[in-house]
Amino acid sequence: MIDFETPAEIGKRLEFVRRVACEKMRPQARHYDEHEHEVPWDFINLMWDTALKTGQSFRSGAQRPDQGPSVASTALVHIIESLSWGDAGIYLCGPGAGLGGAAIEATGTKEQKERFLARYREGKPKWASMAMTEPHCGSDTAAIRTTAVRDGDHWVLNGEKIFVTSGHKSLIDSEGLSVIWATIDPSAGRAGIKPFVVEAGTPGLKVTKLEHKMGIRASDTASLVLEDCRIPLDNLLGSAEVVDRTKGFKGAMATFDATRPSVAASALGIARASIELLKDLLAQEGITIRYQAPRNLLSAIERDVVDMEAQLRAGWLLTLKAAWLMDQRRPNTVEASACKVKAGDVVTKVTQKAVELMGPLGYSRKLLLEKWMRDAKINDLFEGTGQINRLIIARRLLGYSSAQLK
Amino acid sequence: MAAFEPSEEQQMFIEAARKFASKELRQHAREADEHGDLAGTVLAGGWELGLLQASIPEQYGGFGERSAMTGVLAAEELAWGDLSAALALSAPNLVAFPVLLCGNDDQKAQILPHFCSDAYAPASAALIEPRFDFDSTALKTTATRSNGDFVLSGAKCNVPFAAEAEWMIAYAALDGKTEAFLVKKGTGGVTVKDREQNMGMKAVPLYSVDFHECRIPASQRLGGDRGTDFALLLNCSRAALAAMAVGVARGAYEYALDYAKNRQAFGEAIAQRQSIAFMLAEMFVDIEAARLMIWETAWLLDEGRDATRAACLAKNFADEMALMVTDRAVQILGGHGYIRDYPVEMWLRNARGFAVMEGIAIV
Repeated sequence: MIDFETPAEIGKRLEFVRRVACEKMRPQARHYDEHEHEVPWDFINLMWDTALKTGQSFRSGAQRPDQGPSVASTALVHIIESLSWGDAGIYLCGPGAGLGGAAIEATGTKEQKERFLARYREGKPKWASMAMTEPHCGSDTAAIRTTAVRDGDHWVLNGEKIFVTSGHKSLIDSEGLSVIWATIDPSAGRAGIKPFVVEAGTPGLKVTKLEHKMGIRASDTASLVLEDCRIPLDNLLGSAEVVDRTKGFKGAMATFDATRPSVAASALGIARASIELLKDLLAQEGITIRYQAPRNLLSAIERDVVDMEAQLRAGWLLTLKAAWLMDQRRPNTVEASACKVKAGDVVTKVTQKAVELMGPLGYSRKLLLEKWMRDAKINDLFEGTGQINRLIIARRLLGYSSAQLK
Repeated sequence: MAAFEPSEEQQMFIEAARKFASKELRQHAREADEHGDLAGTVLAGGWELGLLQASIPEQYGGFGERSAMTGVLAAEELAWGDLSAALALSAPNLVAFPVLLCGNDDQKAQILPHFCSDAYAPASAALIEPRFDFDSTALKTTATRSNGDFVLSGAKCNVPFAAEAEWMIAYAALDGKTEAFLVKKGTGGVTVKDREQNMGMKAVPLYSVDFHECRIPASQRLGGDRGTDFALLLNCSRAALAAMAVGVARGAYEYALDYAKNRQAFGEAIAQRQSIAFMLAEMFVDIEAARLMIWETAWLLDEGRDATRAACLAKNFADEMALMVTDRAVQILGGHGYIRDYPVEMWLRNARGFAVMEGIAIV
């Protein structure tokens, strides 16, 4: 039965999150934008302590593998949307298993999930990052050059990773870990690419650089260098003994199925913030939106706002559907890419339009509209560019392999 | 508890409507468009689906309850088959649903049994006015009180089945507010003029209608003294037309996808080129999004909650989406898309109508 009611158990968690977004994030947004790489510890500690107390991380929609349908992913996208409404950069600093955790959830064995994820339920704040992109390859993940070579009871990793979100926090600021995608056989292409867990403090792994970015400046985006980095054999996610040549890259794709709705939700939180502020400012000037009036009689501003709101709703419902499918434990590859495509487009255009509509006020750093426009753009880039996600959708719709539709 | 797909029962209903649309509507669509006429068999066959009877309670001769959700599910499927046929088949709703939603007991008893017979009987709604600045919430057609009656005056256009319908609802401004009046065929002061000559939706008969001091008894004011919740009717209308826009768009998308996989250029299918494949991906995404927005609107309506904003956003999004999708379908077919041997140019012409039309369908 088609039903759009928000599950009741999400409501209470959202109340807390909305208060945090309002009181702890939004007032700090400009500060952390202007003090790049400064770590928002107040926010981090609050979220970490709350997660420990409630037993519910706000960074992970972790589902117990043996249970039936849940609302974990739906809750997660709601929470992320609200936090990103507060501030997307600060949200990305949120402690917890996050992106690396999603990779472990998607590819790890039961034992590995326990071994690597238990730390996110105790002690001090910790992060888990995921390292895919390399200096020479982004969307073309099959071209990864970082290698993993077996040496007795160890894997030895060598290579360089860039654009690792929370790389510094996961490896330097906390006793966390990073999931490193590396190839065990460069001649095997996609089939040789596997996820490896490298824990903080492992010799041979260095954080070499923090990027300076257009937006989401509170979030650290790190470069990693692996030099003869030795890790235990069973840090290869999946199975340490039997290396299945068909499964490696599928794990990466399964990770994205889980994380793309989260990125979409974050994007749409920014979009909603922009639209709400825009409407407030317009209302102060006596301009309200007439939802009943015919389209051709709306003023240019009204029409822009209606379109922005419609696009936002479109993106949000696609996101909810992708999360809902995950909660139903059903495939959601197309839907995950669809919501990511839409949300990436929507937040980019909505925030740019909001700056335009407010004129010089929109362009000024006195308001957050210009910041949100800078924050927005990353959502059309990371976790799969808009183009890569279009490719994934199109291949599915057309029934084409990656060789048939390049 | 959220759920983003139809129940088993709803899915069976969709399948039945889809089968009918595929077997009966699609094949007649081009001929109907060329001749401006729907085959009588199409309407008779569509009536056998029993969509409207299933929305009317037993006490009035039907066998069910109205549901906006069922309405939008049906509207998408029928419009996928042929928009003109979808509009014609749902024309009886134009009187039946406002009476169900806003009518008083006497009006329900008087009107609803009329729509529960075995034969298709069209009905009509006179809402749109022939002006660029037509606004359904600020009509120029007026209703004034006179000796206990109402007197209607004004010009209407795009009135479906005005010449054929036994009952019509005429919308007019009463004290500055849009109200609805039940008008029986043959009422004095109503002049049905020429058939409209529009760019698309050509097979559904739309007419210009003049109201000149048309006297309507007070008992025929919809809702009696309480009047009409026009905002509700407008929201229901927007949901219906938006769902039809999705149906038209989905038809065009599927056709273009199929064509792109078969059409060869430069030694491979054109769908193997990103410029074509990405267009198809974007068409698919926006169709999916529009459908969810319409379902949300229908869900709000069935829950009895305010759907004004949702309906506005869904309608705006679906109108633009349908235009984008059908335009791209023509583009993907290239020169062939412009030729009337193929259906896509008709779908583009039909899609342009959605933003212009208000109130010619309702769920």
